[in-house]
Amino acid sequence: MKTNDVILQTTTKVVFFIIFLFSIHIFFAGHYTPGGGFVGGLLTTGALLLLLLAFDLKTVRKALPFNFLIVVALGLLIALLTSAWPMLFNEPFLTHAFGDYDLPFLGESSLHTATLFDLGVYLVVVGAGMTMIQTIGGDT
Amino acid sequence: MTNLLLFPILIPFLFAILLLFFKESVLMQRILVMTGLFFSTVSALYLVFVVKEDGIQTVTLGSWPAPFGITMVSDMLSALLVTTTLIITFFVVLYSFYAIDEGREKNFYYPAILFMITGINGAFTTGDIFNMFVFFEVFLMASYVLSVLGGEKKQLRESIKYMLVNVVSSAVFVITVAYLYSIVGTLNMADISVRIQEVNQPGIISVIAILFLIVFGIKGAIFPLYFWLPSSYAAPPIPVLTLFGALLTKVGVYAITRTYTLFFLQDISFTHMWLMGLSLLTVVVGIIGALAYFDVKQIIIYNIIIAVGVILFGVSLMDGTAMEGSIYYLIHDMLIKAALFLLIGILIYVTGTSNLREMGGLMKQYPALGWTYLIAAFGLAGIPPLSGFIGKFLIVKGAFQAGHWIGAIAILLSSLAVLLSVIRIFIYAFWGEPKPTPERSKTRYNRMMIPAVLLVTLTVLYGVGTEALVPYMSDAADVLLDPSAYVNAVLKE
Repeated sequence: MKTNDVILQTTTKVVFFIIFLFSIHIFFAGHYTPGGGFVGGLLTTGALLLLLLAFDLKTVRKALPFNFLIVVALGLLIALLTSAWPMLFNEPFLTHAFGDYDLPFLGESSLHTATLFDLGVYLVVVGAGMTMIQTIGGDT
Repeated sequence: MTNLLLFPILIPFLFAILLLFFKESVLMQRILVMTGLFFSTVSALYLVFVVKEDGIQTVTLGSWPAPFGITMVSDMLSALLVTTTLIITFFVVLYSFYAIDEGREKNFYYPAILFMITGINGAFTTGDIFNMFVFFEVFLMASYVLSVLGGEKKQLRESIKYMLVNVVSSAVFVITVAYLYSIVGTLNMADISVRIQEVNQPGIISVIAILFLIVFGIKGAIFPLYFWLPSSYAAPPIPVLTLFGALLTKVGVYAITRTYTLFFLQDISFTHMWLMGLSLLTVVVGIIGALAYFDVKQIIIYNIIIAVGVILFGVSLMDGTAMEGSIYYLIHDMLIKAALFLLIGILIYVTGTSNLREMGGLMKQYPALGWTYLIAAFGLAGIPPLSGFIGKFLIVKGAFQAGHWIGAIAILLSSLAVLLSVIRIFIYAFWGEPKPTPERSKTRYNRMMIPAVLLVTLTVLYGVGTEALVPYMSDAADVLLDPSAYVNAVLKE
């Protein structure tokens, strides 16, 4: 008998975006409230995992044609380069810069280079999580 | 150049990341790994020079003041160890080009090595006890990859053991750091050193000292915590075994040396007596193992355990001469073990077996291998002009000065046993009746010989040029014996 996943798949299409947006919110909120790159990355992986459960490995790979190992490497590279940037100005490694900026559309926002480091963490977590799931779940 | 001491850590890390992008291209992997190791070795050599000129180098990450941020500290000991690590890795990678199959090379063999070097150099350089834990995990994770990579049955079995033991010891490490933190309330090693003298809690501090001895003793394979080492080191291929044997246990030895000279000085008669007793027993079990086996890998692996015992015995004496001897011996041992493992690898390659009883009469066919091996073996045992002599001589001298006759005599006798164990390989494999050997490519043999011969040459130079190294070694020993120099360099008050 052929099973029919129509309810699961339709719900997933809606819920996926809610989880994904929540993970982005958690990621950006990390400096002032609980959250940050690690939890944000895990939540994104969770959203992708839901896609994998509702559809199959091939479909998701087609929808997101990334090599997640490269995502890990990119994340590491971003984290290393943001930390190493101050070394050019003879400041200790990992020194961060921050300030308040008046951005168009967004208004006054306080920006901090630690966010870029967090972006690296986020990418590493998503990449590592997805690589693990795809390797264990797939044939290759 | 405030960040100079970070370069030996960051350059391997950067190149490890870059290597992840070129999974399929073996040529690109080889070029990048060699460039990375070349640049980091140069920066490490320059670091030794700077530490010699300007004293201890420190940088607190993120521009935070000293006890609050993570401080990285490069004194002479850590600078020398970092340099030795990078030089050894350079030669081992060169050797890997001919000794590792393409399947492994395409599946993150070189990135794993570079990540391991990042962790090892970080553990040698850090000035923060929890950061040291993190760097331990970095190199352990990479070493798990290296030990299982290839997926042979034996490797799978042994890597499970290896991981289990190390997961347990890492958990104990965290618990010990938690105890220490609850007593002194700081993680910065210089700050811990100051506070331990102030809190005046000798009982609990001694407990923590013994817990650290257990943690680092598992990593560094001291008696009775060495049980995992012989079988799990024998499983992976020779270049990996070389890196493990030359570098990994030495990080444990370094960590014991650092904590026992910087932190635990309030009850030396208790803590350092344990260290001394256990290190002598380590020498004894190492000797028993080295003489018991007819397997060339096992013989050299048990020699690692002997060396760990000898070095820690020198440290436990807390005496200027013996400490200097320990540092000489530590560096010598890293170099000579790497050289010996590489030579053993060639021996196994040309004979197709690691069983001594199945070898014989190789001297006619492979004279260069025979003589290089003989020099390395004499160097290991400590025959005077070669590299093993001065370290052991100073350790024994220090032991006699301190009145530890039994220890001194045990160390001297251990040299005899070491010599016997390695000369047995020479006699069985190179003398006697030639046994049939499989056909092997001569060029591959020659290319594998290059890094091995260069490393042996380096150890000979280390032995002959001892005089030139004296100022470096005494600088390293001075910081260990006088923790206030370390503390002042970090806290700058």
